[in-house]
Amino acid sequence: MARMKFLCDADRCIECNACVTACKNEHEVPWGINRRRVVTLNDGLPGERSVSMACMHCTDAPCASVCPVNCFYTTADGVVLHNKDTCIGCGYCSYACPFGAPQYPQTANFGTRGKMDKCTYCAGGPEADHSQAEYVKYGRNRLAEGKLPLCAEMCSTKSLLAGDGDIIAEIYRERVVTRGYGSGAWGWRTAYGETVTV
Amino acid sequence: MKHLLARAALALTLGLGASAPALAQVNPTEKSVSEDALFQALGSGDYVVGRITIPDANAGYLIKPDNKIWAALQGDTLHMVSIVAIVGMIVLLAAFYMIRGKIRVDAGLSGRKILRFNVIERFAHWTLASTFIILALSGLNIIIGKTVLLPVLGEAAFGTISAWGKIAHNFLAWSFMVALVMVLVLWIVHNIPNSVDLQWIQQGGGLLRKGVHPPANKFNAGQKVIFWAVILGGAALSFTGFLLLFPAEAGTPADWQFFQTIHAVTAAVLSAIIIAHIYIGSVGMEGAFDAMGSGEVDENWAREHHSLWVEEVKGSSGSARAHPAE
Repeated sequence: MARMKFLCDADRCIECNACVTACKNEHEVPWGINRRRVVTLNDGLPGERSVSMACMHCTDAPCASVCPVNCFYTTADGVVLHNKDTCIGCGYCSYACPFGAPQYPQTANFGTRGKMDKCTYCAGGPEADHSQAEYVKYGRNRLAEGKLPLCAEMCSTKSLLAGDGDIIAEIYRERVVTRGYGSGAWGWRTAYGETVTV
Repeated sequence: MKHLLARAALALTLGLGASAPALAQVNPTEKSVSEDALFQALGSGDYVVGRITIPDANAGYLIKPDNKIWAALQGDTLHMVSIVAIVGMIVLLAAFYMIRGKIRVDAGLSGRKILRFNVIERFAHWTLASTFIILALSGLNIIIGKTVLLPVLGEAAFGTISAWGKIAHNFLAWSFMVALVMVLVLWIVHNIPNSVDLQWIQQGGGLLRKGVHPPANKFNAGQKVIFWAVILGGAALSFTGFLLLFPAEAGTPADWQFFQTIHAVTAAVLSAIIIAHIYIGSVGMEGAFDAMGSGEVDENWAREHHSLWVEEVKGSSGSARAHPAE
């Protein structure tokens, strides 16, 4: 089985935000929630870089270890998913996540958090693949169709890579060797305890 | 965070300045901000942060490596602390019950009753008690429910209970706070520590040996400890809980983590103390429950456990002392 990961090659990202838009459109993500976002570091300075970030589908995911109702599970592909029927919207996963992935729709008084929403790696949820229930709660299940996440698939500069960790790391490594520089596999150290060394 | 970025920028400029003359062709993208460099410059509690174009300013935080420290604290340490506090106290009380048994009224029940807590005091106490029990159970469920209840109930039932528990926790907290203020106002005058308490503590409150009954006012030193634990612990829980209910007002996620940790530790300690309080007020001591049940306690019980208070009450109402022949 593959171990699915994201890798954003920041030296290629042009901050076009197409990944953000593609994600919102594909999954009908509610207003106010962004499963993916683009952050620009050292904005306006020489050597600024933009990084597209979403849930990194961590190894030993911290969200899962703090969840009071154990609503998280990791698929055979290494994708971290959650069950919105079990989620109570306590917010702990958002305190624990190093990448700001979990978000909550405001549903009731006191700004009560609704069920958590985050990037599913276009892999849906615990419901039957391609069912209407799955689509409403989690969005499209592209992985079950044999397709990779749409954000990475439609990245115009092929900055955002999705796929098996070893393969995308090798692609990134080749790029760094060829062009002679690389700003790093953003988030890998934190999510997987290792980074891509060249 | 600003200065971190500034430092990174400075290093960048210096780097460029040093390498530019050496290279024939300068590639301005080559010396860019890198994860390695940012992580090296990152202090504890620092974040990798940048500019974001969506309205949510918090989304500008790219990587917060230290969140994993809280995750470990919450997932492992607080989980352990809560279990040790609750199970430890229950084991301790069971051992105490086995050795000491139920504390009886040595002189036997007299059948004469004295009013100890009026209806307002009992209302405040039971409002505080009932909300605390629901808050403690629903809170404890958040920390250890997944290890204790989930395997028994299954995911669906456990999810439903936890969701209702969260709602109960968020709403009953307000009644708890009102009752806490009532209890504070009603009983603070009786809970100022004084010299009688020292004597009570020296004699171990008479808890350890039969027939030992140190003098005490309306509240003895042990009860004063409970009172102040409830007031201070309850205040800490109310304050941190209030901020957790309104995270937008509470500050940054780092602040939420801090408040949650204080909330959980205080709750574990206070729950352990309250379990001991429930024990001594029910199965642990004969006649104690009446004080909060009917509000009237047996006179012999009162003489043994609150001798100075009985003198005060009897003295003022003038029944026992004034008419010894009765």
